[in-house]
Amino acid sequence: MRHNRAERMSEDDERQQSSPSDLEFTSNKARNCNATGSGSGHPEFQSPFPDQVLENVLENVLHFLTSRRDRNAASLVCKSWYRVEALTRSELFIGNCYAVSPDRATARFIRVRALHLKGKPRFADFNLMPPDWGAHFNPWALALAKAYPWLEKVYLKRMSVTDDDLATLAESFSGFKELVLVCCDGFGTSGLAIFVSKCRQLRVLDLIESEVTDDETDWISCFPEGESHLESLIFDCVECPINFEALERLVARSPSLKKLRLNRHVSIGQLYRLMIRAPQLTHLGTGSFSPLEVAGQGDQEPDYVTAFAACRSLVCLSGFREIIPDYLPAIYPVCSNLTSLNFSYANIDAEQLKPIISNCHKLQVFWVLDSICDEGLQAVAATCKELRELRVFPIDAREDSDGPVSEVGLQAISEGCRKLQSILYFCQRMTNAAVIAMSKNCPDLVVFRLCIMGRHRPDPVTGDPMDDGFGAIVMNCKKLTRLAVSGLLTDKAFDYIGRYGKLVRTLSVAFAGDSDMGLKYVLEGCPQLQKLEIRDSPFGDAALRSGLHHYYNMRFLWMSSCSLTRQGCQEIAHAMDRLVVEVIRSIGEEEMDDSVGTLYMYRSLEGPRTDAPKFVTIL
Amino acid sequence: MAFEKDLNLDATALRLGLPGTSEEQTSASGKSNKRALPDMNEESVSGDNSNVADARKCDQETAPPSKAQVVGWPPIRSYRKNCLQPKKTEAEAAGIYVKVSMDGAPYLRKIDLKVYKGYPELLKALEDMFKFKVGEYSEREGYNGSEFVPTYEDKDGDWMLVGDVPWEMFTNSCKRLRIMKGSEARGLGCVV
Repeated sequence: MRHNRAERMSEDDERQQSSPSDLEFTSNKARNCNATGSGSGHPEFQSPFPDQVLENVLENVLHFLTSRRDRNAASLVCKSWYRVEALTRSELFIGNCYAVSPDRATARFIRVRALHLKGKPRFADFNLMPPDWGAHFNPWALALAKAYPWLEKVYLKRMSVTDDDLATLAESFSGFKELVLVCCDGFGTSGLAIFVSKCRQLRVLDLIESEVTDDETDWISCFPEGESHLESLIFDCVECPINFEALERLVARSPSLKKLRLNRHVSIGQLYRLMIRAPQLTHLGTGSFSPLEVAGQGDQEPDYVTAFAACRSLVCLSGFREIIPDYLPAIYPVCSNLTSLNFSYANIDAEQLKPIISNCHKLQVFWVLDSICDEGLQAVAATCKELRELRVFPIDAREDSDGPVSEVGLQAISEGCRKLQSILYFCQRMTNAAVIAMSKNCPDLVVFRLCIMGRHRPDPVTGDPMDDGFGAIVMNCKKLTRLAVSGLLTDKAFDYIGRYGKLVRTLSVAFAGDSDMGLKYVLEGCPQLQKLEIRDSPFGDAALRSGLHHYYNMRFLWMSSCSLTRQGCQEIAHAMDRLVVEVIRSIGEEEMDDSVGTLYMYRSLEGPRTDAPKFVTIL
Repeated sequence: MAFEKDLNLDATALRLGLPGTSEEQTSASGKSNKRALPDMNEESVSGDNSNVADARKCDQETAPPSKAQVVGWPPIRSYRKNCLQPKKTEAEAAGIYVKVSMDGAPYLRKIDLKVYKGYPELLKALEDMFKFKVGEYSEREGYNGSEFVPTYEDKDGDWMLVGDVPWEMFTNSCKRLRIMKGSEARGLGCVV
């Protein structure tokens, strides 16, 4: 029974917690466990093999369960259901690669076709963690190769993947179809070359925001000859030139290709050639969107508008890595069909945006740079009534830079885009009033991430902390599951979060709060909290202790540059044996320092990991 | 700044750096989409400042010095930060990336020459990267005491010994680096 509880902890976390007593079954006769709960039945009504029939039925029924939360719940009903569920789970999601070992996972789930694995915590993206911390895909690759010869799909996020791992994937699974690497590193173009050359059934190769070293290998040429099954090829993050002729030939022989995202080494002229070969595309990343050389006056330029017009199925547009705004009008024909537009690498202003955005009536997802200013956001609000997700990135990501967007833009969006569900907004100034307005105008908000880039910045109009704004968000947005706070914040803000943020699963805190009470409010008040990442906030050991009742329900807790001591963390480690408590040292810190630079702790079935580098101490 | 432009002090100033870059950049005229009065823009390196002028930040000289930047703040992935250089010409490029090969090593590497202030730093970095040691450099004899010799291909396509020309001339003309090994290296090392 304890085994089951522990298993439950490590699988997925985002579901209702049922109390352990649900698992009480005193009988060893699991085979008699009857799903309908009608007891052991009278002998004269028993058919020859009731349990087997039931298990077959169960297996067929459980095949229809796709959501991992439902599956986790089903696996808790009884041993029989547990077993059958394990047999029928084909998509395995592991939110923390260190929570469970590859061997344990492959032993329980024996018919997995798709693996979704996550490694480093998100703050590692911002240089808050030294490199080589871990999250190596290698032991998983080897375990998968042994256990799942029919594996088809691997999705990795923030993992370290080597060229050898890519080779393992390509060589071990004859039916391998999809590889998606998000925010990964450790491999290069040589690994890609081996991978694509050996994966004959490849349909999807998506490299998203990953670091790919340039080994000078022409990997595009390594796709096998003949018709390819490619449906999606995304390599906009690959920072090396590619063999364009080989790419053109590849696109020409990929009739199923729907998604193509090019890197910035593809010029607009080359883009044209690809587009006329693939008018069936639904998702396009345009590459640089500028010519190789500046076109002269009389030069004959391709008819870009016609090329875009021919792509009648295009719904998602991105790229524009080195945009020359003169070419923007080429995309007019597709604007009215677009549901997703990513301008977050395009340095354009409001005047350049307006003619585009005024046609994007169906737009649901919009990523953009703050170069469009509040005026640009007003234009978005005026047209994009279906907007669900908005991300506004800073063109100048420094604390003291000019801020082209402000509360004015946020207010406009809140008034125009009532169906908004997710927002990420970087700015230099923000008022409580605008945040409160958004909390009331956009009740469907699920994700609210506001980054006021100046640390500890109060409301510029009233001089108040930003407590009330974020308070309104948690109070009024009843579906909110993800929150990131910023600006000057006192413990009051956290009181609000603890009181009203009952569905919050992910919380990001930086340079906020006054005392331990802040963290206590959150740990005691938010029952759904899974992922808590905190930096540079005055929370100490007492606050840490207040979460003891909850840490097994969380995926992880990250606290860096707070007020924790080694003893405080040690206490937690002693109190909870299924928690791995890592103290990560930054450069210059001594091993026996009493204050803790970075604490990263997570539940795990495996105990301390064996691959920890020298700068990590596991308490 | 009009008077400074007439005297063209920048063009005649002696300084380190590629032609076309200005060394001094106050925080206010950083590589961003600053709003500024149009005639204040000559000093700025950034590409298009075609924004509507905003008088708010017009006194750039009196802008406070920038705060020390905190690690990892604001939370933008470095990939995104690196991609957001405004459109620039080759001469204004933020980095001078050259490929480095070493005879016998299976992979090439890439380095940014702008990162190094001079030959000693560059050589140390190469030594660390490829795990070898260069010999003692002398103008007459080239590199003595090691079978590895750092060379580079210049704009004219000639292979030169690293260290023979002044540093800025080197960074301006270096197209790629090659760490030669063995007898080929010795032959080159003697050519000054």
